[in-house]
Amino acid sequence: MRSRERAEMSDTAERTANAFTGPPTGGPRAGRIDPRVRRALALVGQQRELTVLVVVVLLIVYFGFISSASSAFFERVNLVNMSQIAAPIVIIAIGEVPLLICGEIDLSPGFVYAFAPFLMYFLIVYHGFPVLLAIIVALVFGLVVGAVNGFITVTLGIPSFIATLGTGFILYGLTLSSSNATQATPTANSLGVGKWLGGYGFAEIAWAVALTILAHVILTRTRWGLHTIAVGGNQLGAREAGIHVARIKYGNFMVSGLLGALVGLQIAFQTNVIDPNAGGYQPMFYSVAAAVIGGTALLGGSGTIIGAFLGSIMLAVLTDGFNVIGISAYPLNEIFGGAILIAMIANIQLARLRASGRLR
Amino acid sequence: MTAADSYGYDVNEGPPLQSTAASGPSAVELGDDVLRAEHLTKRFGPVTALIDVNLHLRRGEILGLIGDNGAGKSTLLKILCGFQQPDTGQIVLNGQPVTFRSVDHARSLGVDAVYQDLALINQLSVYHNMFLNRERVNGPLLNNRAMRRTSREYLNEMGVNIPSVDSLVASLSGGQRQAIAVARAVYSDAKILLLDEPLAAMGAKEVALILDLIRDLKRRGDVSIIVIAHNYGQVLEICDRVNLLQHGRITLDKHSPDTSVQELNDIVVAEYRRALEQRQQSA
Repeated sequence: MRSRERAEMSDTAERTANAFTGPPTGGPRAGRIDPRVRRALALVGQQRELTVLVVVVLLIVYFGFISSASSAFFERVNLVNMSQIAAPIVIIAIGEVPLLICGEIDLSPGFVYAFAPFLMYFLIVYHGFPVLLAIIVALVFGLVVGAVNGFITVTLGIPSFIATLGTGFILYGLTLSSSNATQATPTANSLGVGKWLGGYGFAEIAWAVALTILAHVILTRTRWGLHTIAVGGNQLGAREAGIHVARIKYGNFMVSGLLGALVGLQIAFQTNVIDPNAGGYQPMFYSVAAAVIGGTALLGGSGTIIGAFLGSIMLAVLTDGFNVIGISAYPLNEIFGGAILIAMIANIQLARLRASGRLR
Repeated sequence: MTAADSYGYDVNEGPPLQSTAASGPSAVELGDDVLRAEHLTKRFGPVTALIDVNLHLRRGEILGLIGDNGAGKSTLLKILCGFQQPDTGQIVLNGQPVTFRSVDHARSLGVDAVYQDLALINQLSVYHNMFLNRERVNGPLLNNRAMRRTSREYLNEMGVNIPSVDSLVASLSGGQRQAIAVARAVYSDAKILLLDEPLAAMGAKEVALILDLIRDLKRRGDVSIIVIAHNYGQVLEICDRVNLLQHGRITLDKHSPDTSVQELNDIVVAEYRRALEQRQQSA
């Protein structure tokens, strides 16, 4: 309601602005950039995934063939390790990208991640739930957290950064108090199902790849994906076109919660430990970083799942590669930070060039 | 905007309605009312945007809605297309009282609007915008091929010139964007089309394009149109009838041949002077 009124109030201002800015293309400043540079920039702008892919390949070539540890890099144990670093980032990023596209963010999936395996554990141990049912309830819990985030953000109008900050803290407290801040071990009868979630070495990356493909198709080939982009690109316009903005945002928050819960269960089965301090902000920040590196602008309206997938792989290869060659992990964060900033600056500057008509 | 209450006179007594439309001679032979708004009132907090607005639109008619910034034109349009609900009053569609629950609902009843902000999504292609929220699908997947082909054919037929239906809307000119928004509404088979300032910020060529488009729609018949515009000359050129909205009230309802740019200008300027004087007196 408030935003509608504001839109109503700003009619005049918008009209004035339109009258003076005129058509967005052309203009006297067009063509000030050298055409070759412009073509190169346009390619980078349109093929962000390609750029990240090239970086990933270069990193793999470096760590796998050039660096001091090249013999160990392609060993099965290292590939498993690398995939287990990448998969959680990928899966949480799959939840974050649509939210970032529709102009929101979810800080809480790392805390759903921590609580979901405890919920499964409690249901099996104290309430006699069958394993599969307990897992399903834990996943549904993720959906519920997402719905609560949606309610606070969309219905109550709290910015999602604050809303999910709050629910994240609440979940963390819930995890600590219900577990008494003590670790648990997944019950023996759950390990069979658990193998398919995260027990097998490549189980997580298989989920990550399958979910990436599914999410990519949903985002680019279905009405849901198109409407997500529309909501992020022009929320008022999307509403005027009759798109149910609230439904889109609720749905995307719920998917993010669901995927947080899934990753939590996977990690519990992978490590065979249910840790109250698992998750937290780090997986979420890595996922948002991966999304940004992959070309998702935090301004809404643009971003791809494939880009976030490649961004996640890039972070995982870097993390793992540094481990393998035995360099201190300290400079790693400098590289991460640099990559995030370069990617974001590219996003913003390319968008600015495109808006000014100097780049198509 | 819509600060009707802040004007220095009692808005409830407002200026009297000047009308030739009720009994006067009609230049065109027109059908029954397809749309009637009866006693619409709308408030935003302390601001009254519309006061007891009555408006009617005949079949095949083009009605111009004019008035200064903040007179309530956009609010009225948003109520007529189901984007907002009136506080009081009702809408009568083809003789039946209706309550538009949403834009979708109004659209399903044949009422569609092109807003001032065009409701276009810059990040999407022309053909995705053409089909926004009415996408063609194959099961769960978008049928992009059909949408692309249909958009191309349709825009060609309407004489809308764009580089490609694959272009992002962000890369198009203002006139092209407007034309796409209008084409989209018409394509959706609207029987009543509401155009919110389709001529704002247009160059001469683009204005001609939009005016031709509107005339073309009228020739096809069966579509009734309400146009909001600022340029009285353009309004009188394409509209059968004109309604003037001042501070949330309709104060003039005349057929285009019965009025002139001069008359409309005089009324609005006189109104402005009167409000100014009242304010100075009360200050």
